[in-house]
Amino acid sequence: MQHSRQFLLDSYRSMATIRRFEDRVHDEFATGKIPGFVHLYAGEEASAVGVCSHLDDRDVIASTHRGHGHCIAKGCDVVAMMKEIYGRRDGACGGKGGSMHIADLSRGMLGANGIVGGGPPLICGAALTAKYLKTGGVAVAFVGDGGSNQGTTLESYNLAKVWNLPVIFVVEDNGYAESTASAWSVGGSQLGRAKGFGMPGVEVDGFDFFAVHDAAREPIERARNGGGPSLMHVRLTRFYGHFEGDAMTYRAQGEVTKLRAGHDSLQIFRGKVTQAGVLSGEDLDVVEADVAKLIDDAVSRSEAAAMPTEADLLTDVYVRY
Amino acid sequence: MAKKTYRQAINEAIAQEMRRDHRVIVMGEDNAGGAGAPGESDAWGGVLGVTKGLQPEFGPDRVLDTPISESAFIGAAAGAAATGLRPVAELMFVDFMGVCFDQIFNQAAKFRYMFGGKAVTPLVVRTMYGAGLRAASQHSQCLYPIFTHIPGLKVVLPSTPYEAKGLMIQAIRDDDPVIFFEHKALYDETGDVPDESYTIPFGEANLTREGGDVTIVAFGRMVGFANQAADELKREGIGVTVIDPRTTSPLDTETILDSVGETGRLVVVDEAHPRCSMAADIARLVAEEAFGALKSPIRTITPPHTPVPFSPALEDLYIPSAVHIRDVARSLVKA
Repeated sequence: MQHSRQFLLDSYRSMATIRRFEDRVHDEFATGKIPGFVHLYAGEEASAVGVCSHLDDRDVIASTHRGHGHCIAKGCDVVAMMKEIYGRRDGACGGKGGSMHIADLSRGMLGANGIVGGGPPLICGAALTAKYLKTGGVAVAFVGDGGSNQGTTLESYNLAKVWNLPVIFVVEDNGYAESTASAWSVGGSQLGRAKGFGMPGVEVDGFDFFAVHDAAREPIERARNGGGPSLMHVRLTRFYGHFEGDAMTYRAQGEVTKLRAGHDSLQIFRGKVTQAGVLSGEDLDVVEADVAKLIDDAVSRSEAAAMPTEADLLTDVYVRY
Repeated sequence: MAKKTYRQAINEAIAQEMRRDHRVIVMGEDNAGGAGAPGESDAWGGVLGVTKGLQPEFGPDRVLDTPISESAFIGAAAGAAATGLRPVAELMFVDFMGVCFDQIFNQAAKFRYMFGGKAVTPLVVRTMYGAGLRAASQHSQCLYPIFTHIPGLKVVLPSTPYEAKGLMIQAIRDDDPVIFFEHKALYDETGDVPDESYTIPFGEANLTREGGDVTIVAFGRMVGFANQAADELKREGIGVTVIDPRTTSPLDTETILDSVGETGRLVVVDEAHPRCSMAADIARLVAEEAFGALKSPIRTITPPHTPVPFSPALEDLYIPSAVHIRDVARSLVKA
């Protein structure tokens, strides 16, 4: 294993933070403390972290309605995120965005997005900025299997190719667009679509951080070096429903239990690094304990934080009006 | 002062801003024209020639032709704006908003609010609108009320070449997303346009005629028709104030209310469909805020609630006319 201890610890921390964050949001949502619509990323951690561990602040990502994981992987502040999900005044977006609209442009996070397929056109624009200003940055559009069927996404494949933009389209195929199986809803294949637009494409096991990280290296380097767009088809699953409250009656009996037992990206990571002898179980336990404290702290600070007031209702619509 | 067309005024505004600020880029279908084709480069300069000459001066990195993929490139313009550029993107006909509206109203318009005031999206979407070219139902609509409805967007309707240049420069320098409506029947209209750069602030109406008997609020191409009506009525001894709000969002409500306070009579002329239109919006404003000043009912002049017809015989009936505006305004004063 060629990775440094620090890289592995950081990557595991990021994945564990996503898992713990989502598990906790799931629990707190069930108590009624969290308002609105929430879509959880638990189970998909290896994808966000595997890709984003190649990126830095020059690089921009656009996410989906299932955006918490991408935000954390791109370095958004976890406490500000939790406060946002609680609708608090000092949340990441002042309580005006919520779960589906967390963004931090200073970290190159162009937003979770409530519109399926909303992100790919925007990411073409972020890539155009990087190309035009010669920042060396790349732009990554995370899209679900559902979003892969939107015209916006397919138009963006074409535009990115025609303009030779530094874009990586990461299709996170968790098997279901809401309740509809991707096996049913996707005509042709993701790689076939990439080929159709003249883009290199790669399929990857999204349960394995190392597989994703390795597969992402070449597309990202190609984009940085002016080689244009690529597509990654990441196969993975989600442990929770489409939204919180989804009874998942469309899934097979015992499906999630089986996936949690055999396809848990954190367990797979743990197995690989301990087997290679680079990190010990104790090293990872320390990270887990730290993360648990961070999330506990985020929740208690969110619960204690002030709500926005009437004075906040009319602000932030325009820079000037 | 130099006489220029509405088309030249817009072109000059964009070129001057591109010289001033390297972050200003232009994109759209055939904005140069001829991309990848064997003939001339800059073959069209936009479907009606508004962006002609920009690519030869500024190069293909700053004047980008696009595939016919409005969702992708209008969204790309929004994403580029949010990450540091100042794109001027062309949605060729506003009738095509249906294929990319999400990127305008759910993305660009809402970034600032949804992200808690941290996003700046200096995007200009130029778009052609309006009837009169026998272009039929899918290439003739106004639709600016729909954009005016959306918080986060600014909506601009220049009525003359002078307005077109000053409002375009303001639009490019503005830090919010701006939808810039160009009336296709005005492109060849000429007027005085200074060579130097200037801006016209948003939300400040222009009084094109002043008189004490009746107020006409008109938008875009309708301003010229309202002016004709006012000039005829003046000869009859009826004083008309014509207000060109120039922007529907923000809207200069103060100037409208002040004028109605003086005249007591209001006619609103709007080329958009009548329901949920600017005509309806301004009638509502005056009924709520200046009811006591009114000496007669508010009158709105709009096309009927139909799509825009093709046949010249029908389209001419569809579009509000100067004669109709004159007759309605006169009837209020003579009532």
